[in-house]
Amino acid sequence: MSKTFDIQILFDHWDRFLEGFLHTIEASAIALIGSFTLGTIIAVMRISPLKPLNWLGTAYVEFIRNIPLLLVVFFFFLGLPSLGVPLDGFTSGTLGLMVYTASFIAESIRAGIQTVPTGQTEAARATGLTYLQTMTSIVLPQAVKIVLPSISNQFINLVKNSSILAVVAGLDLMYYADLINADTFLPLTVYTLVALFYLVLTLPLSMAVHAMERRFSSANRS
Amino acid sequence: MDFAGAYSWPNLSFILQGFGMTLLVAALSILFSFVLGTLLGILRYTRVPLLNPLLAVIIDLIRNLPLLLIIYFIYIVLPQLGLKLPPFGAAIAALTLFEGAMISEIVRGGLTSVDRGQIEAARSSGLGYVQTMRHIILPQALRRMAPPLVSQFISLLKDTSLAIIISLPEIMHNVQILQGHSPNYVIPALIVAALLYFAVNYTLSIIARRLEARKI
Repeated sequence: MSKTFDIQILFDHWDRFLEGFLHTIEASAIALIGSFTLGTIIAVMRISPLKPLNWLGTAYVEFIRNIPLLLVVFFFFLGLPSLGVPLDGFTSGTLGLMVYTASFIAESIRAGIQTVPTGQTEAARATGLTYLQTMTSIVLPQAVKIVLPSISNQFINLVKNSSILAVVAGLDLMYYADLINADTFLPLTVYTLVALFYLVLTLPLSMAVHAMERRFSSANRS
Repeated sequence: MDFAGAYSWPNLSFILQGFGMTLLVAALSILFSFVLGTLLGILRYTRVPLLNPLLAVIIDLIRNLPLLLIIYFIYIVLPQLGLKLPPFGAAIAALTLFEGAMISEIVRGGLTSVDRGQIEAARSSGLGYVQTMRHIILPQALRRMAPPLVSQFISLLKDTSLAIIISLPEIMHNVQILQGHSPNYVIPALIVAALLYFAVNYTLSIIARRLEARKI
């Protein structure tokens, strides 16, 4: 067997590693902002007093959470083109991530909203704020603080899940790893390096989550 | 446009066949990852010196990597080191490793949530360590672990779809093949696939909720 590990690959192919790494970050960041926005809207829908909105929010969460991310991505990547709306791999992958992650974030935020005592909503409404105002200026700011650890966990999952882009040629880290591997035939080196790139993103995030959880639980105890 | 063609019997049965493979891989992986996760979780709980920090690092690394990468490691990297697995075996091995790491944390969390004072009380009343675990700690821990475990199994079933990258003939793979026959088949095929996943996972999530409601 020839060489099994050759770090030279990193230097020979750094441009493609970097290109993929940046796309992974870009897809994760766009999907994070998008899924946080969409997730918040759905969470508010789920607890809204309007029955149709309520039902729609619940249907979204229950449906999307129980099907694979790949299926959502395939809807954008294979399904929409069949209806005459062609999308490239990066766009459909990122959209899929956004739609999928929003259902989990919505659940986290809804749980957070429900920990804010209803007395506050009643008080806010009694002082003349509308439902929407009560949500945006009283309930949501408190809820977001409570759910920060679980939202951050979702972000870690999002970064890991962004590798789904590789399945639809979405130009991410895993996609480029495939190309580099095809050129070098040294998968151990290529995929070890890819693992390190992912860990650079996920490990600091999970340490931050641990720190938040510790602070949160000690704050609860005292 | 011929959308309904996807529901002709040969096509429909092709999708169902794929789902059969999905369920088979999921069932075997659930079994293996539960065994692996329980073993690792108990090992982490008992805090064996030297082994514990090593396990902690390995489990943390696996949990922080994409499952897709782990599938590649087993299917593409291991052959370079002399171990070649077919897609079926590679998918099960990757899912077992990844979900096993996740489950070990659930098991460890469940065990540590039982008050240590109970161990001391059980031991001082004359029970051996194994008896204490079996009769006092595990029954309580299991009840707390059950809901997150079922959620993890739901994730596992969804994650089997990632084996598409190593051409395992599971449902999403077959949907993609149908799309190759006719692009018009893809949306009807995706709808069938979504309903199948939903039916199984929603049932599981209702079980999880029941278990949660029973929790003390």
